[in-house]
Amino acid sequence: MTAYIIRRLLTVIPITLGVLLLVFFIYRVIGGDPAARLAGKNATPQKIEQIRKQYGFDKPKFFNWQEAAKTGSPAAAFDSQFWHLVGQFAQLDFGKSLQSNQRISRMLADGVVPSLCVTTPIFLVELSVAIALALICAFYRGTRIDRTFVVVSIVAMSISGLVYIMMGQYFFAFRLRWFPVWGFESPAFLLLPVAIGVIAGIGGSLRFYRTIMLDEMYQDYVRTAFAKGCSQREVLFKHVLKNAAIPILTNVVVAIPFLYTGSLMLESFFGIPGLGRMTVDAIYTGDEPVLFAMVFIGSVIFVIANLVTDLLYTWADPRIRLQ
Amino acid sequence: MENTNQTLLDVRDLRISFFTDEGEVRAVDGISFSMKPGETLAVVGESGSGKSVTAMALTRLVPSPPARYLGGEIIFKGRDTLKLSPEELRRVRGAQISYIFQEPSTSLNPVFQIRSQIAEAIELHRRDVKDVDAEAERLLTLVGIRDARLRMGDYPHQLSGGMQQRVMIAMALACNPSLLVADEPTTALDVTIQAQIMELLKELKQKLGMAIMLITHNFSIVADIADNIAVMFRGKIVEYGPTQRVLHEPQHPYTKALLECIPRLGAHKHRLKTINHAEIEAALGR
Repeated sequence: MTAYIIRRLLTVIPITLGVLLLVFFIYRVIGGDPAARLAGKNATPQKIEQIRKQYGFDKPKFFNWQEAAKTGSPAAAFDSQFWHLVGQFAQLDFGKSLQSNQRISRMLADGVVPSLCVTTPIFLVELSVAIALALICAFYRGTRIDRTFVVVSIVAMSISGLVYIMMGQYFFAFRLRWFPVWGFESPAFLLLPVAIGVIAGIGGSLRFYRTIMLDEMYQDYVRTAFAKGCSQREVLFKHVLKNAAIPILTNVVVAIPFLYTGSLMLESFFGIPGLGRMTVDAIYTGDEPVLFAMVFIGSVIFVIANLVTDLLYTWADPRIRLQ
Repeated sequence: MENTNQTLLDVRDLRISFFTDEGEVRAVDGISFSMKPGETLAVVGESGSGKSVTAMALTRLVPSPPARYLGGEIIFKGRDTLKLSPEELRRVRGAQISYIFQEPSTSLNPVFQIRSQIAEAIELHRRDVKDVDAEAERLLTLVGIRDARLRMGDYPHQLSGGMQQRVMIAMALACNPSLLVADEPTTALDVTIQAQIMELLKELKQKLGMAIMLITHNFSIVADIADNIAVMFRGKIVEYGPTQRVLHEPQHPYTKALLECIPRLGAHKHRLKTINHAEIEAALGR
C-alpha cells in the first residue's frame, strides 16, 4: 500500500511538467513577447530590451544549445526560460507578480481563505442536498414527484449563472436589502454568493446523483433485498447508497481541486478577494507568473485528489484491490 | 372446489400487463394453478413466456409501474397477496415465500459480507433469534458450505458461482418459508454445479418439507424433482398436469416441441430441433 502511494505521488512529476509545458507554450510561444506587453503601448525598443534582460526573456525558450556548445558543458543547455521556470517551481518558489511585484506565495496565502469561504459551503450544501433529493427521486421513481424534480433541475441548470447573480443582487440585496450587495467583510457577505452557487449547481448534481441511484435500483441485488422483505427505506439507505458510493466518490473528489481555485464568476461579481478573482485579473493583464503558479498548484492538488479517490474506493468496494 | 386447508397457494385467472410506448404486453394472460403444502411445481417455458413474472407476482415483486396487475387472485394461506398492504406483504416476503434467482453473482449485494446478508434475512423476520451469527452458520452448513464460520466474512466475489447460489439458498431458508420460489436457479451455473444445486434442493425439500416452485426453461432438470408441471407459452398455461403424464404423454404441440428440443445421447442422426412458432400458433388457433 505504501509503495502504491509513493508510486502514485511520483506521477506528480511528469504530470506537472506536462501541464507547465502546455501553459508555457500557450503564453510564451503562441502568446507573443511578454516584454513588449509589460512595457506598455509607447515603449522605446531600448526599454523593451531592458525588460527582456531583467526578466530573462532574452534567453532561448527551451534549450540553450549555443551556450552548451560554447562552454562544452551539457548542463548549460538547460539555461533557458522553460527550465528556469521548472527549477524555480521545483523549489516551490513562484516568484513575483509582474503587475504588483508582490511575492506570489504571499498572494496565494491571502487569496485562499476567501476562496474557501465561498466554495466549501457551496460544495457541502450542494452535495448533501443533491444526494438527499436524489434518494427521494429514487424512492418516488416514475411518479409525479420524481418528474417534478427532474423538470425543475433542468430549468435550473438551463439558466445562466449570470442571471442568478444579477437577479439575486438586484432583488434580494438591492431592493429587499436582505443581504449586502458586494464585498467581503463579515459572514453575512457570504450568504448570497453561497446561495446562488448552490442554486446554480444543484440542478446538474441532482440529475447526476438521481441517475446513479436509479441505475442501482434496477440491479439484481435490489430485487433480492425486496424479496427478503426489506422496506423501500432499508433498500435505499442500506443497499443502494453503499453501492452508489463509488460514482459519488469519483464525482466528489474530482470537484475538490476546484474548491481551491475558487469561483471565478462569484468572486468577480461579489468582490471577494479570492484566488478566482486573482486568476481572472492575471488573465486580463497577462500576469504569467501568477497563472503558472495557479496551474502548477492546481495540477498537484488534482493528482493528490485522484489518489485519495482510489484509496477511498478500496473502502467502498471490497472488490477493488490496489497494487 | 378443493378444501382450502389442503391448498397452500391458489392462483386464479391472474392477469399482468406491461404498458409501454408500443402498447400493451400481456406478460401473464389469465393463468390459474394451485399448489399443496410440500408440493413441487415446475413451471416450464421459453424466455418471455411469463413464468418469471408469475413467480415474482406472488409477492407483488414486479414493480408497478411499469407492470399493472389487471386481475385475478393469488390466495396464499387463505389471503390474497394482491390485496395485502405493503407492510403485510413485507411480512410474507422472505418469511413465508422466499426466492432464489438466476444470477447468484449479481443477486447478492457485492459490497456486504455474506454474514450481514444472511443476518439481515434473519433479523427482518425472526426477532427472537439471539445469536444471529450462530444461526447464519447453521444455515450455511445446511446448504453444504464447509468451514461456514470462516466463509461468513467473505464478500460474494470471493466465492464460486455454485457457492454463491448456496448462499442465496441459505438466505432464502433463513425463516423456514413454506414456499421457495426458485427462478432459474441453475441457468447461470455450469453443468456439474447445476446437478449439485438440484440435488441440494431435493435434499432440503425432504428435510424441511417446504413447497418449491421451480421456474425453468430446461425440461431435463424437472423430471426427478417436480410433482406437477405447468407449461407456459406467451403468458398462458398451455399444459398442466402430473410430471409423468406431461413428460410421457404431452397433449399440447408446444410441450411436444419443447420436449423434442432436449438433446439425447445416441440420437445424433438429426439436427437439434428448434421450435417453429408459426406452427404452434396455428395449432393454438390464433
